[in-house]
Amino acid sequence: MSDVPAATPQDETDAAGRLVAADGTPLKRSLARALRRQKLRALLLIAPLLLFILLTFIAPIADMLFRSVENDIVSRTLPETVETLGEWDYSSGELPDDAAYLALYRDLSVATEYKTHTRLGSRLNYETSGISSLFRKTGRGVEDMGELYQDQFEDLDAAWKEPETWARMMASEEWLAAEDRAATPLELRDGIAGALPNTARAYEQFAEFTQNEDGDDPAEEDPWAYVYAMLWLDLTGPVQMDAYQGPDAALLEAAAEAAPGFESQTWRAGFADIDNDWEDVEVWGTIKAYSGEFTSGYFLNSVDLQLTPEGIEKQDENQRIYLKLFWRTIVMSLAITFSCILLGYPVAWLLANLPMRVSNVLMILVLLPFWTSLLVRTSAWKVLLQQQGVINDILVWIGLISDANRLVMINNVTGTIIAMTHILLPFMILPMYSVMQTIPPSYLRAAKSLGATNWVAFWRVYFPQSVPGIGAGSILVFILAIGYYITPELVGGTKGVFISNRIAYHISTSLNWGLAAALGTILLAAVLLLYWAYDKIVGIDNVKLG
Amino acid sequence: MTMKKTILATTALTLVAGGVAAQDMADSMTVVSWGGAYQASQQKAYTEPYLAANDGVSVTWDESSPEAVAKLRAMNEAGNITWDLVDVEAADAIRLCDEGLAMEYDPEELAASPDGTSAEDDFGDMLVSDCFIPQIVFSTTFGYRTDMVPEGVEPPTGACDVFDLEKYPGKRALNKQPIANMEWALLCDGVAYDDVYDVLETDEGQAQAFAKLDTIKDETIWWSASAEPIQMLADGEVFMGSAYNGRLFSAIVEQDQPIGMAWDWQMFDIDGWVVPAGLPEDRLARVKDFLFYATDTQRLADQAKYISYGPARASSAPLVGQHAELGIEMAPHMPTDPNNAENTFVNNYSWWADYRDDLDAKFQAWLAQ
Repeated sequence: MSDVPAATPQDETDAAGRLVAADGTPLKRSLARALRRQKLRALLLIAPLLLFILLTFIAPIADMLFRSVENDIVSRTLPETVETLGEWDYSSGELPDDAAYLALYRDLSVATEYKTHTRLGSRLNYETSGISSLFRKTGRGVEDMGELYQDQFEDLDAAWKEPETWARMMASEEWLAAEDRAATPLELRDGIAGALPNTARAYEQFAEFTQNEDGDDPAEEDPWAYVYAMLWLDLTGPVQMDAYQGPDAALLEAAAEAAPGFESQTWRAGFADIDNDWEDVEVWGTIKAYSGEFTSGYFLNSVDLQLTPEGIEKQDENQRIYLKLFWRTIVMSLAITFSCILLGYPVAWLLANLPMRVSNVLMILVLLPFWTSLLVRTSAWKVLLQQQGVINDILVWIGLISDANRLVMINNVTGTIIAMTHILLPFMILPMYSVMQTIPPSYLRAAKSLGATNWVAFWRVYFPQSVPGIGAGSILVFILAIGYYITPELVGGTKGVFISNRIAYHISTSLNWGLAAALGTILLAAVLLLYWAYDKIVGIDNVKLG
Repeated sequence: MTMKKTILATTALTLVAGGVAAQDMADSMTVVSWGGAYQASQQKAYTEPYLAANDGVSVTWDESSPEAVAKLRAMNEAGNITWDLVDVEAADAIRLCDEGLAMEYDPEELAASPDGTSAEDDFGDMLVSDCFIPQIVFSTTFGYRTDMVPEGVEPPTGACDVFDLEKYPGKRALNKQPIANMEWALLCDGVAYDDVYDVLETDEGQAQAFAKLDTIKDETIWWSASAEPIQMLADGEVFMGSAYNGRLFSAIVEQDQPIGMAWDWQMFDIDGWVVPAGLPEDRLARVKDFLFYATDTQRLADQAKYISYGPARASSAPLVGQHAELGIEMAPHMPTDPNNAENTFVNNYSWWADYRDDLDAKFQAWLAQ
């Protein structure tokens, strides 16, 4: 308050000596309110842009990154199996009991109808090869397991063949009387769920599928073989037939009497018939290990580890590639950044210091490749660098190297560094140039007039002022390089490819989006970490784009 | 007065009928293919005739087949399928079918051959997936520089010559993926054709394949885009390289490059259509109508006039004629021609569907070593 002029009239301060506005509120609060209003107005002005960026940029990225941990496909496709497996212990080395096979039969019967079992197969195949074909094969065979019982019921009484028999027995009178049965959700008959719990459940699943997927009336469609298998299960179990009050009680009674005499097999034997991999404890272990809603599996894979039923293990030696690729990506991106600094600095200096007419021409030379298609420039480098290419031809022609010893400059690390340095060079030169333009030439002249040599004047006076340009250029080039994909793919051969090439492979070819997302998340985290380190060491305020 | 009524009534009826027909079948289709000469062959052989016969129908082409699998998955998740028909390789068709992204297509809905053989029998083994409607057979085979064959040595005849560095020195070009390379390595290392996949399933078998590939690793340039091996052969950058036979055909016959074909143990591959799952009924009806026409015996044979890929129907093979512009007989350039197909390798797609991820990781690790 010492700054307040002594002449301030009394009525502009309150009792505590604080300044007040004309309406009597403390000036501080009044000011804060005004500022808040301004901020709000500014926020409203940018709101459309903010919303646009959130919806089209941030949200998709967040959604993609979320896939790196998402794993609900297992528990969604095999809900009962996952629950049953909760009590099973892989380390016992024994197969789960028949209840687990029964749960698997129920889950797969439904999943096969919805055709989601193949998708789950491809998901688990990322972890254990062979599971994909196991699921596909099982999908084709699972119906046979139920048909065993279906045939016997139908032989017992032809009434079991009729869809109406089933509908009469399972559905409530109200539902049966409904006008549009294809669209009215099925309502179970009172007591049926108590008498035949498994059958009722299976019939409900069948009805839901028929209505939602095919748009048909369940009362006119043949139930799945799975429903018959569940009926057999109910009738051979502890049946409470007394609870059943509906029609066709006699039919059911006869079936209940005959069912224990039916030809049957354990659920386990049924699956083993389809493929004896179902008696492999490894398969069950994999299902259990990946049964959670979320998984660390993708992240572990991206750092050359794997989640096995026994815990986290190192990936087989001949499959460890990702750490190597991450390391290579960072080292090569740094090398590219440094070669851009070395090549770009003198050019930027010339641009900033030559007379306008000459520097404009030079500027066009810098920008021209910038406007040329990336693919064209990369292909041009192939023509230049390959063994039968322009550079080798010239070297052979002037006799520097012999025809038999042409240099290998492409399809390796050298090729990637050369091509990417060229492609990213404008991103280094432009920020450097705009910073150097702001350095007054008089500073150098002053240094020299005070006795500095050319080198000292440059190093002590000019260079420190150009550092913000180098910083901005380096960040741009490094971050662009770390995510580059097409150039390494074309000129990198086997030793010059980046992690981004693997990400692209998993996105577009292997469809392992979870792993791609995990690799991408790690890459993003690495960039943010480096940015943070840069801020700590150099200071982000030192970066200038002009 | 009655006349007027009659006219009114008929007009109304026609309108209703027209309206129903239009509702039954969409009048536009988005077809996805590979671009280039292949897509042109599809346009000329059956799309243009189909459009000429169906007034008011239009086709939009999208050259997205290389990214079809990823894009279809994204469309499926967004719940907005904008494609009606997609041209993919067999391996991708299996993947799309497994993921539930392509719909199962009953071959009985396709045209029978002129002699009455059902489409299912006519396509035979080419129906590698329930969702796949085969079109053409192409092969990955070897091309070599005729002017770089050492003097006094017979030119290479097949895949195994690529491993013979003594007889045929020089750089090789191979596809940067395990598929085909692993099979060739085992086959040329003495494994019997029928045992290749059984051997490749074991760790020892994989080690054997990598060991064989190790012998030429230093001399190999790995390609990822299918134009690359052709460019390397044309520049003399490599002596021998694997490439798609259609691309080799155009380099040799259409561009007159000094390149020869080494057909032995060519790797057969199939390309065909899949229909995305979840199409609305009217669009699906149009697609089915188009497919019935576009995959019949004559149309598939017509396609071979424009590109050297073999028709996937057995009944089309005898109808293959001459190149539409050059006038040369196409049959000798087909991968299925008896002279070329003495030893062919048929890719086991379902095996690869299971082992691809695993072997790909190993292959990439091997490359990086």
